[in-house]
Amino acid sequence: MARSEMGRSSRVVAPALIGVLALGVWEGIVRVKHIPPYILPGPLLIARTVVTDWGTLFPSLLVTLAITGAAFLVSAVLGLVLAVLFTQSAWVERAFFPYAVILQVTPLVAIAPLIILWVKWIPLALLICAWLVAFFPVLSNTVLGLTSTDRNLVDLFRLYGATRWQALRYLRLPAALPFFLGGLRISGGLALIGAVVAEFVAGTGGAQSGLAFRILEAGYQLQIPRMFAAVFLISAAGVLIFVLLQSLSRVALGRWHESEIETEG
Amino acid sequence: MTAGPSVVALREVSKSYPNGTLALDRLSLEVGAGELLSLLGPSGCGKSTLLRLIAELAEPSTGRIEWMDPAAQHRLGFVFQEPTLMPWARVADNIRLPLMLAGMSRAESDARVDEAIAHVGLEGFARAYPRELSGGMRMRVSIARALVTRPLVLLMDEPFAALDEITRFRLESDLAELQHRRGLTVIFVTHSVFESVYLGHRVVVLSPRPGRVAASRRIEGPTLRVEAFRTSAGYLEACREVSALLAAATQRPLATTPSPSRGRGPG
Repeated sequence: MARSEMGRSSRVVAPALIGVLALGVWEGIVRVKHIPPYILPGPLLIARTVVTDWGTLFPSLLVTLAITGAAFLVSAVLGLVLAVLFTQSAWVERAFFPYAVILQVTPLVAIAPLIILWVKWIPLALLICAWLVAFFPVLSNTVLGLTSTDRNLVDLFRLYGATRWQALRYLRLPAALPFFLGGLRISGGLALIGAVVAEFVAGTGGAQSGLAFRILEAGYQLQIPRMFAAVFLISAAGVLIFVLLQSLSRVALGRWHESEIETEG
Repeated sequence: MTAGPSVVALREVSKSYPNGTLALDRLSLEVGAGELLSLLGPSGCGKSTLLRLIAELAEPSTGRIEWMDPAAQHRLGFVFQEPTLMPWARVADNIRLPLMLAGMSRAESDARVDEAIAHVGLEGFARAYPRELSGGMRMRVSIARALVTRPLVLLMDEPFAALDEITRFRLESDLAELQHRRGLTVIFVTHSVFESVYLGHRVVVLSPRPGRVAASRRIEGPTLRVEAFRTSAGYLEACREVSALLAAATQRPLATTPSPSRGRGPG
């Protein structure tokens, strides 16, 4: 087996081994200590609950993923557009950047009730909450990328009479791509966290309820295995989002950027 | 070797920066058509600033730059100390950049790009990414990009400083051949005495900051520089003289006669 193939395999096998080991220890402790499932269910019971409660959990997962996906897309598009505007005009950046920072540093749990109160349509309120959390990494990373272009390349574009648009299209945007994708990787996870936190605050029931509500509901009913099953699905969704964005980054940068070039070992 | 009529002249040019640094002080210099002028000086003496002023990437604080050949003013090529390539673009697209910015279509520019690639001996690497090339090959791409516009004046800012000696010698010879064949006017910045003498039809020595013309020496040698020139008596004598001029310009006593076998000497 070539070294690079071994490297790729170990990237999957090593964490899988650790995971199986940890789950085995967990299941062993639960069984040996006879811990009741309403205190700590074992991983096998949680897995069974995921299967048996799939009819309830899966629609909730879709609701949470829909809010997460929408918030993520809005964050990506708005983050990129605003970053471009900020770097085209120092005045715009000076005027708006402090407010972007304020949005980022204000705790979501503190403002989510207000947003839910003002925005009557709950899915939109949840989307706004998730966007508030997910937006800033894309903006700040992309601004950093757009402003850290190689000075010699900037000079070269000037020397050859590039227009502002050409410099943006052919130089600044490609140079900022690794930063933008780095922002997206952070933003994807934060969009999920924002959506879940907002759902907790909203606490809404009915057919449009996300996984956070299922966790609350299971807690009230002492259905702890279902609570763990919902947490497991949220974590799995987070991992899936990360893997998808990592793959996107590898496809976009794999041929030329050091961060995505395959290394041996 | 006689240079043609002047292409560009710097008249009492000074450049100071907002932090108060005076990079150039009332520097005057004329560059002849078809001349390869070596600008030699210690680090920080304003050599790069001088090139940036000529390329209109910066404005002189005082003095003026006169272009006797207005066509040449708009047909400049610039090669930086680093290859300065776009890592996301393939070799051909890096070379195509100036043509693309000028609005030339891909189909129109293909022949020019192929020609530039052939000039620097990179056939077969058009689709490679910069990271897949050695340092010397990247510099060749940078030179090809400067040549693709068919410039009349080529500005080179210590382009071979970061390369190993074997690669540097090869690129110096290639540059000399290219300059001779195309009759290019080249302003070549370097801090190597040996490089300045090997390439330059004339060596202009700048003083430490603020940069001024401290000395100028015409280098007698074959019109087309070839490797044999590096070991000729004329070359070694010129190296001695230019070293002495540089030492005088930096106001340090000349301790020893430079040994061509050390540092950037011919090996």
